[in-house]
Amino acid sequence: MDSTNSDGVPLRATARDAFKIVIVGGFGVGKTTMVGSVSEIRPLSTEEIMTRAGVGIDDPTAVADKNTTTVAFDFGRITLDAERVLYLFGAPGQQRFWFLWDQLFGGSLGAVVLVDVRRLAESFYAIDRLEHHGMPFIVAVNRFDGPRPPLDRVRAALDLQPRVPLIECDARERDSCKTVLIDLVEHLASLHAPETTP
Amino acid sequence: MSGLAREDPDRLFVVTAGRADAAGPVLDLVSLIVGGVDAPPGTPSEHARILRLCRYHPSSVAELSAHLRTPVSVLKVLLRDLARTGLVAVRAPESARAPDRLPDLETLRQVLVGLHEL
Repeated sequence: MDSTNSDGVPLRATARDAFKIVIVGGFGVGKTTMVGSVSEIRPLSTEEIMTRAGVGIDDPTAVADKNTTTVAFDFGRITLDAERVLYLFGAPGQQRFWFLWDQLFGGSLGAVVLVDVRRLAESFYAIDRLEHHGMPFIVAVNRFDGPRPPLDRVRAALDLQPRVPLIECDARERDSCKTVLIDLVEHLASLHAPETTP
Repeated sequence: MSGLAREDPDRLFVVTAGRADAAGPVLDLVSLIVGGVDAPPGTPSEHARILRLCRYHPSSVAELSAHLRTPVSVLKVLLRDLARTGLVAVRAPESARAPDRLPDLETLRQVLVGLHEL
């Protein structure tokens, strides 16, 4: 496991500018599936330490007092061109994770909130936190077997602002995940335009 | 298969020599680490493993953390050691979004081109 070659494509020698996009969602919603669908490497997993209080989180010596916990997250990589590379991180939406947001995911281009319509309530907190952190995002409903409520009902249930895109996707499908990422980046570009008053 | 993250917490304290932080470059999760040299004799094993991983191609902090099974903040201390002694170079994410600002349009355009070509 000491070789990055064991997990597929090494990064190009010319790579020099890396971007982050974060996929936020509850357990089992399909974050890692989505990462794996578009990643050029098998999704990797890493983790970060945080103290239970959520303070001193960049302090590895804090582990000495054993009053710590860890947050794990999976990620993948997409080479965009000779110099640019995009990393996709799957991030848990639970409360304790958000202490780490700025430290780990500050500077991200934006976020995708991945939603399971059977467990919409799990997304409320993530959406609230993203707004709090000033992180632009779109919402993607992962298609599962079962009820498929119309998107306008999902939008109402999530109390999404009209300007936040809401789309459906299939996290298992590469093209579908690619579309999600493109929609996010196009949304980020659209935010440069002044908001039109209805 | 045991990585630092699975070891006794005291072990993390030892490999970082108890330092909360180390002087050196600011490191992001997606800072790219460029090695290119073999570990000099006497290099601590944790540092030597990092040098092996980025010997022939750059590697992000996140990837190194995953491969070494070392929590990100611990890895950063070790990477700053290596950067200070010139054993690795750091390519910071130049186009990262500044707080409370949108990514610039040129960056977004370049990302879109790359995504469409997937």
